[in-house]
Order: sequence, then structure tokens, then C-alpha cells
Amino acid sequence: MATVAYGTDRTDEAARQAAFDAAVAADERIEPRDWMPDAYRASLVRQMAQHAHSEIIGMQPEANWITRAPSLRRKAILMAKVQDEAGHGLYLYSAAETLGTSREELLDKLHAGRQRYSSIFNYPTLTWADVGAIGWLVDGAAITNQVPLCRCSYGPYARAMVRICKEESFHQRQGYELLLALSRGTPAQHAMAQDAVDRWWWPSLMMFGPPDEESGHSAQSMAWKIKRHSNDELRRRFIEISGPQADALGLTLPTGEIDWDEFKEVLKGNGPCNEQRIAQRRRAHEEGAWVRDAAVAYAAKHGEGKPS
Amino acid sequence: MTPSSSAGALALGDDALVLSHRLGEWAGHAPVLEEDVALANIALDLLGQARVLLSLVGDEDELAYLREERAFRNLQLVEQENGDFGHSIARQLYFSTYQQLLYGQLAAGDGVFAPLAAKAVKEVDYHRDHAEQWTLRLGDGTAESHERMQRGLDALWRFTGEMFQPVEGVDGVDWQSLHTSWHTSVSSVLKRATLTVPEGPQTGSWSAGAGRQGLHTEPFGRMLAEMQHLHRSHPGATW
Repeated sequence: MATVAYGTDRTDEAARQAAFDAAVAADERIEPRDWMPDAYRASLVRQMAQHAHSEIIGMQPEANWITRAPSLRRKAILMAKVQDEAGHGLYLYSAAETLGTSREELLDKLHAGRQRYSSIFNYPTLTWADVGAIGWLVDGAAITNQVPLCRCSYGPYARAMVRICKEESFHQRQGYELLLALSRGTPAQHAMAQDAVDRWWWPSLMMFGPPDEESGHSAQSMAWKIKRHSNDELRRRFIEISGPQADALGLTLPTGEIDWDEFKEVLKGNGPCNEQRIAQRRRAHEEGAWVRDAAVAYAAKHGEGKPS
Repeated sequence: MTPSSSAGALALGDDALVLSHRLGEWAGHAPVLEEDVALANIALDLLGQARVLLSLVGDEDELAYLREERAFRNLQLVEQENGDFGHSIARQLYFSTYQQLLYGQLAAGDGVFAPLAAKAVKEVDYHRDHAEQWTLRLGDGTAESHERMQRGLDALWRFTGEMFQPVEGVDGVDWQSLHTSWHTSVSSVLKRATLTVPEGPQTGSWSAGAGRQGLHTEPFGRMLAEMQHLHRSHPGATW
């Protein structure tokens, strides 16, 4: 009997793989209950977790300026943006949970340094203009990366990205508008804006990942239609879009080459804020443990779900 | 706006502005992501209220960024540092209950603040519900959360009496009944949360209604220094 069962499994496996391949080839969406190759599942969990973690860690460099925002209007915009990022993190953790993992597990991996977040958030926000540069360049690069993900083969991820991209475009326009106000402001404000663009340009280009010939996951991700374009292709597109925008802002973009050694160091944990970012995340989690425990204990006593 | 109404708008606006700032300090530090969202949401509502109120008085940014500590009219309660989550929730419970009752009375009247209060009361209902839900969970959660929540309530109690001092220019409020309703409401939540209503004076012994007269506590100066630094460093700039 065992041999028959074995044979049947193999046939089923091959049939499932064929159905999956056909669905991907036909640009159909893979949904949580559909069969999918283990490696596809693992690759998506890795990418979605990294994406969710980036939203959460990405709150820090901007939240750094909430208490110092120079006008009440800007303060409201910044608070709303940081709130949106927490919301994006929530969507993405939920989307990742459809693949059989949990937010707790993913956060534990982030805190243990076993999953990554975008290298960009390891750079410090040193002036108010950095908030604008993050909006314009960092969110701009993120959108360039993420718009193709709205057509990604995995349904829950693609749908989360549609929602996220709308809000990100809004943030990018706000960042641009912030920089424009500075650029057209006093000489000191203009200089602040130019300095921020000078510092954020290269790290923004690094957000597209290593050059194509060094990108380990790319070929498989493109075959699965998780990714639609190569790192270098998206990076080129971003550079093309940014040039005229910089002109309109009255600011200049730095010239030169990407320092890939710096990129590797930041990925290894040696960037300017790696330790600080992860330490703050861990501290918030650890110091909040008693609050989460209280919610669980209360729910057990009163038969209710956790407060949201 | 009469000068008297302006004084009232400034007091209510400063409450919202300062508490919004304190809640903004939580961004990225909350115990759970949902709370990063909720606290930022409440902070944004309060900032929106502050901007409307301060704009009734003058330029919102001049008022927020160029007044010194002694010219602010907010309650001492809202300027208190965040402390742990229980401390922040105690501050939220005390203040949002007050604001809900005060805005309820103002919305029901025909004074200058009625339209604003009618809009804000919807937000404030949510803020109070959020504070109540967490007070219940922390109070009736674990032994540790119970103790921390009680500590926050006790520490902030002496700043609560100031809320019921009549505010110049905020007319048509029955401050005595406001105090009674507030006490009843807070006591009921604390009882359900298995917590104890603090005892002792509800005001500092050295001055009653101090924040409303521009007498603040030490952490407030440092908060303003941070809030105003950039704006003050670039006189006349627009942002």
C-alpha cells in the first residue's frame, strides 16, 4: 500500500506544481489556500516580513522630528505619516500571516537580528530637511519598487500594496512640498534642504538592492512573478524620474558612484544607526510586555478579544 | 472673539496642544503596533482641536512657538511626562473624561465654543473609550499591571482639581456639576477595573488653578524648549 500512496503523492505533487506554474504563467493570483511550492512560500515570508519590518523601523527616523516640527501644520502631517507607517506594518504582517507565520514570530526574528529591514533606515535624521528628503527620495524609491508589487503573483501581498502605494504617493508629495518650501525659503533653509538631499541620495539608490549580477534572490523572484523588474532597472527608472524633480525643486543631485562597500557594511549591521534602531524596537517591545500580558489576562477573565 | 473668549480659547487650545505633544512622544515606542496607531490618532485629533482654537486667538504658530512658559494656559495635568503606559493611560482617563463632559456642556449651549465642541466631542468620545478600555485591562489584568495603573492614577490625582476651576471666557459651564459628573464617571470606571479612587488633595498646595495662570511644573519648560527650538532658530522663516 505504501508504494501506491507514495506514487499517488508524487503524481499529486507534480500536478499541483503544474497547476501552480500555469497560474503564475497566466498572471493569475495565488491565494492563501492554494498549493504553492515551499520555496515560494518561504521567499514571500522573507520579503513580506522585511517589508513590514521596514515600515516599523522606518517610523523611528521620522518620529525623531515629531516633537521638533517647526509648524503645527507640518507636525500634523508628520504625525499622520508615522501613523500610516504603523498601519502599513499591520497590513503587511497580516498579509504575511496568511502564509502560516505570525506577527509575534516575525517580530521575534526582527528583534533577534534574524530578519532584515531596509538599509535606508539605518541613516540618521539630523535636520528638519531630512524629513522632506525621506518623503521625496526614500518614499519615492519605495514607490518605484512597490508599484510593480501591486501585480505580484501572491494575492494578499498585491492587495496590501495597492493600499500602501496610494498612501505612499501622498507622503512623497508632502515630502517634496516640504523641501520646496525650504528651497524657496531663507538661505539657511535652502542650505538645509540641499544638505539633506546630498546625504539621502546615495542611501536612496541603495534601496533598490545590490547590482543585478550580485542579487541572489532576483532570478527566482522574477520567475515566480513576485518581482517584475530587476534592481538595476528600477534604480535607473528612479534616477530618471528624480532629475527633473530636483530641477523643479531648485536643488542639485550629487554626482558620482554608489559606494557598495558602504552598502555592505550597513547590511552587516555597521551603519550609523543599526544598533540604535534595533535597540529602540526591542526596548519598546520589552517595556510593553506587561501591557500585552495585561490584555491577555483580562481577555481570559472576561472572555473577550484583545483590545485593538 | 472678545478678549475674554480669546482667553478661554487659549486655555482649551493649550490643553489640546500640550497633550498632543506628549502623545506624539509615544510614536515608535508603544507596547503594540495598534497602540502606535491609536496614540498617534488621538494626538492628531488633539492637534486639530488646538489649531482651530489657537487660530481663533491669533496665528497658531506664533502662539505655539513664540510664547514662553509663563504665557501658556494649559492644565498642569496635560504637561506631565508620559511615564510608563499606565501613567499615560491614567492621564488620558482623567483628561478625556473631563474634556468629554466639558465639550458636552459647551456643545449643548449657544456660546462661542458650541460649534467647535459639537465637532470635537465625537473625537473625545473615542479618546475616553480608549482610555476606559485600557484602564479596565490594566486594572483587571495582571498583578503588575494593576499596580502600575494604580500608581499612575495616584501620582496624577493632585493635578485633577485644576480642571474644575472656572476658566475665564469659557461661559455657560456648570463647573460644580462638571466636577461631580467627572468624579462619578472616573469612580465607576475605576471600580470596574478593580482600582481604588485616589484620596488626598486634588490640587497642589501652593497654588490652585496654577496652569491656567501660567504657573507650570518643571518638565514643561524642557518640553517647550524641544518643541520651539527649530522654529525659534529661524526667525521669520516659513515652513
